[in-house]
Amino acid sequence: MLTFKHATKTIELIEHFMTQIDEGVLVFQEGVKNYLAENSQSFSDNLRTLSNLETEADIAKRKIENLLYTRSLMPQLRGDIMRLLEDLDNIIDLAKTSLYQFDVEVPYIPAELHPEFIKLTEVNVAAVETVIPAARAYFRDPESIKEKIHRVYFYEKEVDKIAMTIKRKAFQEMTNLKLSEKFHLRYFTLHIETLSDAAEKVADLLSIMAIKRTM
Amino acid sequence: MLLFLIFISSGLFLGWSLGGNDTANIFGSAVGSKMLSFKKAAIIASIFVIIGAVFQGRGGAETLNALGNVDALAGGFTVTLCAAIVVFTMTKRSLPVSTSQAVVGAIIGWTFFTGHTTDTRVLGKIVSTWVTGPLLGMAFSAGLFVLTRIFLRKAKIHVIKLDHYIRVSLILAGAFGAYSLGANNIGNVMGVFVSAAPDVVLNFGLFSLDGVQLLFLAGGLAIAVGVFTYSEKVMNTVGNGILSLSPEAAIVVVLSHGLVLFLFSSASFSEFLKSVGLPPLPLVPVSSTQVIIGSVLGIGLIKGAREIKLKTIFGIVAGWVATPVISGIVTFFMLFFVKNVFDLQVTASEPVKQAVEAAPDIAPDLLRQVNLIMPGILFLAALIIFTLVFLVFKQQKLRLKAENELLTQQNQLFAAQKTINEFEINAIQREKTMLETKLELKRKEFANAALNLTDQRTYLDKILNELELAKGEDSSDKIRKKIQDIQNHLRQRMTFSGVKENFYTQVEKVHKDFLLKLENRFPQLTENEKKLTTLTRMNLSTKEIATLMNISAKSVEVARYRLKKTFGLSRADNLIQFIHNI
Repeated sequence: MLTFKHATKTIELIEHFMTQIDEGVLVFQEGVKNYLAENSQSFSDNLRTLSNLETEADIAKRKIENLLYTRSLMPQLRGDIMRLLEDLDNIIDLAKTSLYQFDVEVPYIPAELHPEFIKLTEVNVAAVETVIPAARAYFRDPESIKEKIHRVYFYEKEVDKIAMTIKRKAFQEMTNLKLSEKFHLRYFTLHIETLSDAAEKVADLLSIMAIKRTM
Repeated sequence: MLLFLIFISSGLFLGWSLGGNDTANIFGSAVGSKMLSFKKAAIIASIFVIIGAVFQGRGGAETLNALGNVDALAGGFTVTLCAAIVVFTMTKRSLPVSTSQAVVGAIIGWTFFTGHTTDTRVLGKIVSTWVTGPLLGMAFSAGLFVLTRIFLRKAKIHVIKLDHYIRVSLILAGAFGAYSLGANNIGNVMGVFVSAAPDVVLNFGLFSLDGVQLLFLAGGLAIAVGVFTYSEKVMNTVGNGILSLSPEAAIVVVLSHGLVLFLFSSASFSEFLKSVGLPPLPLVPVSSTQVIIGSVLGIGLIKGAREIKLKTIFGIVAGWVATPVISGIVTFFMLFFVKNVFDLQVTASEPVKQAVEAAPDIAPDLLRQVNLIMPGILFLAALIIFTLVFLVFKQQKLRLKAENELLTQQNQLFAAQKTINEFEINAIQREKTMLETKLELKRKEFANAALNLTDQRTYLDKILNELELAKGEDSSDKIRKKIQDIQNHLRQRMTFSGVKENFYTQVEKVHKDFLLKLENRFPQLTENEKKLTTLTRMNLSTKEIATLMNISAKSVEVARYRLKKTFGLSRADNLIQFIHNI
């Protein structure tokens, strides 16, 4: 009761988990860029790294869950914390699935759309990169969450705008594209978009959790 | 002695009731929020209640005696029993109730019945604590809450570490609260029996206990029994009801409650106030429930009254008014029965019968010092040895259990892996068989194709020779005849008998199982009938079957009709359905 052994271990695991998610989305960003630049070797490396990070994050999450429940840590908050970790884990899962879809379906992305796709990816990743410090803040300084998550909502709106631009260009301006290619572009835009949607979901959850933790 | 024990049994009952009810105020939040298990809470509460009662319980008891000195054991028994019945009944209905008010009500009932005058100055003092107690609790909790909030904002402690600190703090605050509860409220439980306490001093070396303290020890033990046997339900009720606070707020509430009860029972603090020229706090048993409510309100004030469940608070306030009144009335009537029906003396101003006779019997025997140092040391040594042996065995048992669990887990893992391997082997074997069958078919197809090629080649050579011969004929009749022969050959060839035969061979291979079943059930079938059955099973049309069997469509219909008869089917039965079900 008087030692911090399990508490310290749980804190370390949570930090490790967050780092995996953070690195995961950065690798995803590199992966999309390498795909567009047709660097197939680097793209394969990104795919492998992301897969490993996702597995590690899953393992860390399970260990945290185990510690929280078997050691009866934070009976009132652990449900919320596990939900937060689930939602964060969902982000890296989505990143991995999207990158694998690039690998499997090999979508044709016209060179004119490359800048938009890169921007879409970068803003998506920025949304996730912003939500992670907010999630970290929940554990130490819940009152600062509010000032952190407003950026997530901003990025999410930006992502919607960029995605709309891509879809409009693909369907209205690129008459040389086949309908199947247009559909393919739309689906890949949606796949990338899901990251910022997941980040927004985490931000929503965090804002409620912050209220619950504020004394 | 026995009579004495019988008379204090009502006090023990009240102590049991208090343990079941008031400790819930201290550990309700912690147990309700599952931060602390009930077992741990009960152990801590029991130990510290007893310590508080024994070492700091005297002050409150003296004040109660000053309110109405219940000077006969039967009177004390009835007063305490009535208070206990009221507390127990209200607790049974899960209503947080004040033991102090029940006891005060009962004492006033006794003074009314016996015609004694109630010391209004003392009564005023006690009633004033009913107001100052909660107000102090409110002030303490509001102040502590603000300080805690500021500290937590500045310290930015990780939530998991904070959880750890909170658990430890809940235990410490709970222990302090239990100590203060014992110190302050033991007067309610045993106060009326103080005048009849045995005159004995037990020396334990480090400390000694006099008769009053032994009385309080018995009361403390009764409270502990109440904690273990009855408080779990009340803890869950208040923990999820009015005290459903955040753990941080719960610590503040328990600490404020402990502080207030401590101040109202600490003679040294009272002396200290006097020495600095301030009015001293009276040493009075205050209602722990009232103080808790005050503390919760203090937090509610800071938070803007969001967390206060007003309905519950109104219910409790109604209980405060009702408790002393009901208790007083019940005591009045009970005393009437005790005096007139059982003929017992309820006040010392009446002729002494059994009760007061009992007291002098006890006194001469117990008026001596009992040295308990050696027995105490021996008892402690035995206890330590027993605990150590118990711990070693427990450790051993836990280790064995853990090893067994590990082995079971490993076995389960191996079994699971074995099953998976078996599945894989089966799948591979199935695939192998399938591939072998395919390979065999392909080999036959290849051989047939080669044979077919040779056959075609030979046949074309033959036609070419015959054409050459026809070209060499001189008469037109002979040429025509030759051409006619070649045409006949070609027509015969166009029946594709070889190809058809080859096709049927393949079909037989694919439907090998079906043909075996068919032969077993209907051994009388001819080759053509078997062929027709197989082709029908493949859902081929009459026209397709006719081409493959080299007969007309009409003949297929007739053959089907005969087949129906062979299978023993009536006109209404469906042949295709029957064949599919074979």
